[in-house]
Amino acid sequence: MNIAIASGKGGTGKTTLSTNLAVLFAESQKVVLSDLDVEEPNSGLFIKAELVHEENKFKIIPEWVEDKCTLCGICQDVCNFHAVIQLGTKIMVFPELCHSCYACSELCPTEALPMIPKKMGVLKHFNQGNLSFIESRLDIGEEQAVPLIAQTIQYVNENFLDNIIKIYDAPPGTSCPVIEATKDADFVILVTEPTPFGLHDLKIAVETMRELKKGYAVIINRYGIGNDDVLEYCNKGAIPIIAKIPNDRRIAELYSSGKLIYNQHADARRQLEGIMDYILKLNQVIIK
Amino acid sequence: MKEIVVISGKGGTGKTSITASFAVLGGNNVVVADCDVDAADMHLLMQPDFAQSEDFYSGELAIIDQDKCTQCDECANVCRYSAIPIIDGKYIVDALSCEGCGYCARVCPTEAITNVDLNVGKWYVSTVKTGNIMVHAKLGIGADNSGKLVAKVKNEAKQTASDTNKDYIIVDGSPGIGCPVVSSISGANFVVLVTEPSVSGLHDLKRVYQLVKKFKIKAGCIINKSDINKQVSEEIENYLEKEDIVHISSLPYDETFTEAMTKGKTIVEYDKSKLYNSMIESWEKVQLIANK
Repeated sequence: MNIAIASGKGGTGKTTLSTNLAVLFAESQKVVLSDLDVEEPNSGLFIKAELVHEENKFKIIPEWVEDKCTLCGICQDVCNFHAVIQLGTKIMVFPELCHSCYACSELCPTEALPMIPKKMGVLKHFNQGNLSFIESRLDIGEEQAVPLIAQTIQYVNENFLDNIIKIYDAPPGTSCPVIEATKDADFVILVTEPTPFGLHDLKIAVETMRELKKGYAVIINRYGIGNDDVLEYCNKGAIPIIAKIPNDRRIAELYSSGKLIYNQHADARRQLEGIMDYILKLNQVIIK
Repeated sequence: MKEIVVISGKGGTGKTSITASFAVLGGNNVVVADCDVDAADMHLLMQPDFAQSEDFYSGELAIIDQDKCTQCDECANVCRYSAIPIIDGKYIVDALSCEGCGYCARVCPTEAITNVDLNVGKWYVSTVKTGNIMVHAKLGIGADNSGKLVAKVKNEAKQTASDTNKDYIIVDGSPGIGCPVVSSISGANFVVLVTEPSVSGLHDLKRVYQLVKKFKIKAGCIINKSDINKQVSEEIENYLEKEDIVHISSLPYDETFTEAMTKGKTIVEYDKSKLYNSMIESWEKVQLIANK
């Protein structure tokens, strides 16, 4: 079962939730945690586990072979992303604009643009007891997170059975990286905070999940700060709130030094156990 | 005219609250651009009037005319995004997976596929409560091409600032290091990095600064919630010194930021004590360095 932890707004506690939940699950059963916030992966700062596998990840881009090129101009014409440009007697490829559609390469009449791999990031696989942790990290300067997110999900799917609980720590926002990270999820948990920014971005995230036709529920983090508008919004829309993590400076302090809260904060643990029960019940429904 | 971009790597460090405060302090001398287009929040503090709005088109989506389709499978065969599944015997484009490369339309033998321009959002030019102009946007749900919308918002802000002889453009960037961030910092005169003293804050600061370095833009840093972890705060200060990043200021962990936000106000309108003074000092420092 795939559970994505997402949020519109950044810094609401996605990583805190994902890491603590994963470790709590691991006390009693096998679980996979995968950090899909490949631009700024943070889960690894909180998980102590042994590196068992590492691989470079590549995007596939065209490479110009001057000897074979007749400068017919087809490649430039077919590229909708302006990633292949003819300049005088040269063909220039702009890898950061390329979407790896293969059109230029396969429609070239003289095979002058073979597709070659270009490194875009690194995937690492760690194990600790029941917990497997998969993290991907985009290389600095690479602009597209989506291909790396897609390959990371593929790695998880190929290496773990369907019936294992898999927790995906998604990137913030609601644009293409978030869609990629949530589109294969069986259920999405949206983490928010009870502030005007939290509410505004939650509404966008909810609209996104409705668009994707995903089941979703909300966790309110830093509960007690701000106002009741998030609560009222969820109640009005019949959106389940599955946990309220209290606003507590001590949680922020633990987080700041890279520590987990599940075994350090009694109330937070109760809330996490509630979330775990909720996920397990969902899992039973899905299996049926 | 100087372009100042505020980014953070990590989300939730206080970027928007700080940017909006600068906008208020800068008053009529500033054009504001909210470039965090897929979670744009600054309007909640600035109360823009949405006076002028325009649709933003970017990218394409393939559409299959079922009457012309002969189910030859060519389109699905060349699609690298698995965006043309067969549903009830029909080839249907999955809009969320289609990247708009147009390859399918080029190979379709019966010209059954056309590409339509995608409306990916809206952008606005507004007057905000302090009288400044703000350019902002709303990205459509699940839309692609946020980098291009960011570029649009920034260029409009630039144009407005130059037409009206303003000294500054202040840009609120998005979290991360990907295309919207690259779009928002390219061409900037000065980057303000807002961080917090947590292991994640420092980790993300380092990554986003590596990106800023590639663009050879001068940077300064505000350490928000600086007293939440003294040790990490010191580590950040050491990192700033090593990398020659100006330490603009350190702000305390203070829930007044949230209180102000719930009232729809920036911290400099809500609190006239310590935080107010810190923000004024920060803004003066930012102007000084941006003009160097």
